[in-house]
Amino acid sequence: MALLQENVEEVVRGAVEAHRDDRGALLPILHDIQEKLGYIDATVVPILAKELNLSRADVHGVVTFYHDFRKNPAGATTVRICRAEACQSVGAERLTELVKSRLGVDFGQTTPDGGVTLEQVFCFGNCALGPAVQVGEKLYGRMDADRLAGVLEAGR
Amino acid sequence: MTVTVYVPRDSAAKSVGADEIAAAIAEDPRVRLIRNGSRGMLWLEPLVEVVTPEGRIGYGPVAPEDVEGLFAVGFLDGADHRLRLGPVDQLEWLASQTRVTFARVGVVDPLSTEDYVAHGGMAGLHKALSMTQEEVIAEVTESGLRGRGGAGFPTGIKWKTVLDAQSPLKFVCCNADEGDSGTFADRMLMEGDPFTLIEGMTIAAYAVGATEGYIYVRSEYPDAVSVLRQAIELAYARGWLGDDILGSGLTFDLAVRVGAGAYICGEETSMLESLEGKRGVIRAKPPIPALHGLFGKPTIVNNVLSLGSVPMILADGAKAFAAYGVGRSRGTQVFQLAGNIARGGIVETAFGVTLGDLVNHYGGGSRSGRPVRAVQVGGPLGAYLPVSQFDLPMDYEAFAAAGAMVGHGGVVVFDDTVDMAKQARFAMEFCAVESCGKCTPCRIGSVRGVEVIDKIIAGRNRSENLVLLDDLCDLMTDGSLCAMGGLTPMPVRSAVKHFPEDFNKLPTEGFSILEATQSLEAGR
Ligand SMILES: Cc1cc2nc3c(=O)[nH]c(=O)nc-3n(C[C@H](O)[C@H](O)[C@H](O)COP(=O)(O)O)c2cc1C
Ligand code: SF4
Ligand code: FES
Repeated sequence: MALLQENVEEVVRGAVEAHRDDRGALLPILHDIQEKLGYIDATVVPILAKELNLSRADVHGVVTFYHDFRKNPAGATTVRICRAEACQSVGAERLTELVKSRLGVDFGQTTPDGGVTLEQVFCFGNCALGPAVQVGEKLYGRMDADRLAGVLEAGR
Repeated sequence: MTVTVYVPRDSAAKSVGADEIAAAIAEDPRVRLIRNGSRGMLWLEPLVEVVTPEGRIGYGPVAPEDVEGLFAVGFLDGADHRLRLGPVDQLEWLASQTRVTFARVGVVDPLSTEDYVAHGGMAGLHKALSMTQEEVIAEVTESGLRGRGGAGFPTGIKWKTVLDAQSPLKFVCCNADEGDSGTFADRMLMEGDPFTLIEGMTIAAYAVGATEGYIYVRSEYPDAVSVLRQAIELAYARGWLGDDILGSGLTFDLAVRVGAGAYICGEETSMLESLEGKRGVIRAKPPIPALHGLFGKPTIVNNVLSLGSVPMILADGAKAFAAYGVGRSRGTQVFQLAGNIARGGIVETAFGVTLGDLVNHYGGGSRSGRPVRAVQVGGPLGAYLPVSQFDLPMDYEAFAAAGAMVGHGGVVVFDDTVDMAKQARFAMEFCAVESCGKCTPCRIGSVRGVEVIDKIIAGRNRSENLVLLDDLCDLMTDGSLCAMGGLTPMPVRSAVKHFPEDFNKLPTEGFSILEATQSLEAGR
């Protein structure tokens, strides 16, 4: 999905404008941009640097430091599996292996049909009801591979 | 006749279907539905409560297909049913706890200011405003409250430093990053009783002379973010935030900031960098944030539960809080039972309860029904402990003496299928992924740590590599700027110490040294 340059500029300016009065607003601005564009396109960096009077390196450094900011568009649905200890203790690693092989992708990758992007997360704060998996915006507890397949199937 | 029914809006309850249950129950015209926080009995979620003359009667865990049957037996009158638990506040699991910080969580409607006041909310702030700043801080100091975010630093001393710092602009920052696996108490307080945090921060602002505050919430907690934002708006509307709070002349503005998926931003200086819009790289201390914090101004940085304990301390007095606990660990701690556990959830009780009591009595042992083998306390940087250490009392000093840490009070249980060499490897892997990158022992040491443990698992020069691992742990402990690199050796070493047999297994059958080497190369 190619983004129109005018769109990017408009989104970036809009996000900067919305946070004009915030102190140290780069993170909220990046969250806004990612929400609108789906990811932080490479062309965002120079525009944002100029708007905020920062160096490109500063902006690039921030974008790449945080796990949340994507450099590429995600698939239609994002599946995020918790890999932290509490979820491991109830089989998160096994679940991960199964999901990876069923989808044929590794963490950080999108299925060839653009349907699902798989990501790892360390803890959703649902550690008493693991394995925890987030599908799109929705969090699921006590997840297993079959249920996850069902959820994905229902979401198609 | 309308009947009040509670169905939690807590994200753990929602993860197992609370929204669907709530929607189904709300269809009945007799029902007045309230979305409360969770009582913390997470294995009973979704826990539905019906208000009857006998009290709030609980049913749980309710599945969507149970709703029809519940209506059929007349659960709106508290009728008997296979899922009926009886009056919820009389359940032994809950009744035997000492709920102070969590007194209102699960009880009230989190977004009702009336409910909040009716259940004792705002009493702490009113009290504080009738006292001088020094008196408020003295009260917090006398309560013995220590930071609940992990390090256990006395809160009163931190506040005094900020009060004494001269500056026209000061901040109060709430650390709601809660990245530790096995911890969810901050999230539950924010989702279940957000006004307590807002009130605690306002008291802090008054005590030190701050006018602005931020709650830094991790992005993995969208529900907490949304509840907090709504609560802040309601608080402004009631004059609990903004200018001239409660007619006292106090000004305090509060906003939520969302993180972006970086564990290290839970460390306080890194969180401040992130709030300033930068990469979350640790700052060397000194100067301490109390003197040189957000944008260089004097700043209080406190955990959600530290700030959330303050209203009760002011309302009920320092002595009431200090009366709980053991030694220098005063008050209650909100323990979080997680992982492979039958009855996971929140246990708020005085310090001094033993680890075994938490796991076996409250937790009911493993969820899988297999023997418990290891418990990790205090998050990913905390030690793994064997069952033989279950007599340890939960107490900062006792844990430190045992080479472990209480941290944020998270307890993660593993059964006997756990492979402790793999857990040690994961500790290093986690450090490698989440290191801020500032210092070499942490950034590179953790990567080397993974490799060395892989060799040990594969059986290559085992004894030499164990020595090397020990040496690497020494280096990381001594040479790291913060606890990320400095404490990663804790889970690693505790695993080697208490579970040596897992580091000495023959390589899995059919897994030759050649294959091990290849998989090592591939992982590079
Ligand atoms: C790697 C690392 C991660 C941390 N994560 C958190 C966290 O998620 N929440 C928190 O309150 N404190 C965290 N801390 C501790 C904070 O640096 C700080 O001590 C604390 O927020 C101070 O508040 P308190 O005194 O109320 O505990 C972390 C520390 C380190 C070294
Ligand atoms: S120990 Fe690790 S996380 Fe901490 S400052 Fe050094 S590199 Fe950063
Ligand atoms: S460890 Fe998976 S949700 Fe906390």
